[in-house]
Amino acid sequence: MELTLDGVTVRLGGRVALASVSGSLRPGRVTAVLGPNGAGKSTLLRAVAGLLGPDAGAVRLDGRDVRDLPPRERARTIGYLPQDGTAHWNLLARELVALGRLPHRTTPAEDVAAVTQALALTDAAAFVDRPVLTLSGGERARVLLARVLAGRPRWLLADEPLASLDPAHALDMVARLREAAAAGAGVLLVVHDLLHAQRAADDAVLLAGGRVLAAGPAEQVLTPDHLARAFGVRVAPIADGARNLWVPIGRA
Amino acid sequence: MTRAPALLALGAITTLIFILSLGAGKVWVPLALWFGPDPLARIILELRLPRALLGALLGASLGLSGAVLQGYLRNPLADPAVLGVSSSAALGAVAAIVLGAGAWLFPAAMAGAGGAMALLALLSWRQAGPVAFVLAGTVLASFAGALTAFLIAVAPNPWAVAEVMEWLMGALTDRSWPDLAQAAPAMAAGMALLAFTGRALDALTLGGDAAVSLGVRMGRLRLLVIGGCGLAVGAGVAATGVVGFVGLVVPHLLRPVFGARPAALLLPSALGGAALVLAADGLCRLAPGPGEVRLGVAMALIGGPFFLLLLWRERGSAWS
Repeated sequence: MELTLDGVTVRLGGRVALASVSGSLRPGRVTAVLGPNGAGKSTLLRAVAGLLGPDAGAVRLDGRDVRDLPPRERARTIGYLPQDGTAHWNLLARELVALGRLPHRTTPAEDVAAVTQALALTDAAAFVDRPVLTLSGGERARVLLARVLAGRPRWLLADEPLASLDPAHALDMVARLREAAAAGAGVLLVVHDLLHAQRAADDAVLLAGGRVLAAGPAEQVLTPDHLARAFGVRVAPIADGARNLWVPIGRA
Repeated sequence: MTRAPALLALGAITTLIFILSLGAGKVWVPLALWFGPDPLARIILELRLPRALLGALLGASLGLSGAVLQGYLRNPLADPAVLGVSSSAALGAVAAIVLGAGAWLFPAAMAGAGGAMALLALLSWRQAGPVAFVLAGTVLASFAGALTAFLIAVAPNPWAVAEVMEWLMGALTDRSWPDLAQAAPAMAAGMALLAFTGRALDALTLGGDAAVSLGVRMGRLRLLVIGGCGLAVGAGVAATGVVGFVGLVVPHLLRPVFGARPAALLLPSALGGAALVLAADGLCRLAPGPGEVRLGVAMALIGGPFFLLLLWRERGSAWS
């Protein structure tokens, strides 16, 4: 199953948010989407999720336009974790995770199994019976990720899931997303932190001003030259085992 | 308390209040005389039974509409009044009274509700968020309220004005089988539509984008909410006048027992709404003196203290 973007152009309020973005995403890999604020990262994710219709071009799943998929079929295939991490009502964590099963219409036993597994994967089983608004930001982020995992989507789109997490939980979250990819899912991840991006991603897409600056294997995309052009920063290497990771040390 | 026993308990309470409301009144009809040859039995069959059934349906409509709207708008302050349907139905009814066409009151009120629903669907067309919806409803409510005030001002005779004022306050007084027969189908149809919103309302807990990504069709949901609340609340207003409070308060009272998940609140809110209206209507009739206390007054007297107690208990905790 392949996800392809074919000349996707999106205008938001008269401004071009994505300008003819093309490329393909492969299952079983983590693809990081990076770029400065306003580069079109969230718009790209929402277009891939089928939440907004491109003004030109299309996102295709095995050749079928995601906008033309029946809503529930699309919901079973593509899991979307929005940036804001909202819970409007004070549901129990268990109830919130179970929302991930809504498109499935499976038996209660299957739903419970999927929810239990998702809670175990995110190490959230300890607080299943607590109301979500009493959880800390990191705990809530794990429960919201478990919600998406409970749907067992073949594509997992996560918009800045690391933003509110402390370093340890951010590393855990990266590990969970890598496990999901290892299990066969395609993971598309919007991320700001360069270190996490380099550790998490197999592939990377670097956006600037709604255009693709570079795309491909992460180590070929996240180079000092590309990072300087996209973000206007100088980077220096730090050692991570056998390879070097780039960290920003100042304005270019 | 887990869900099934809590639901059974609530159902039992509602049934008990229903039975009590048949017996209660200026003339207390003991159980032994019900449906018998005694002349008092006619009070039950011809006066109290239709009134209690209408009260139960009205309460269920308002409670269910309130729970659905709070879930749909993701706002615990929402109630059927934000749709503008009550005000528009009232406008239709007031027009009928002022024009001396009292026999057309029910169809006129339903026409008002229908017009409001159509306008609301049109105004919120292609608008994803709840803000446009609330704004449209609020504008409709103010507009209908202004037109109602205008009609009262130009009413040709003072009796019509008195009748309008009396009607606007909302009551189940003297409602009988024909009133019930007129209103019940629309209320039942509206509630049936609202019963299909549960899953989508649950998904909306995560916000609009996440709900759509979970397969919710927002356009369909909006039409269900507008059509369901319009029919249920519109017919309720057409039959009994404007009755407030129930839709706002009942979901709040039940959330601590049944949890905050919107779908889990729908059936309990319908039962609880019925119980609150029946209890308030019974209280209206039991009040000393020759007349009856207005339904809205009794409702506030019963529901208000509950609500304050709840706020007091929940203070400082995560309020939702």
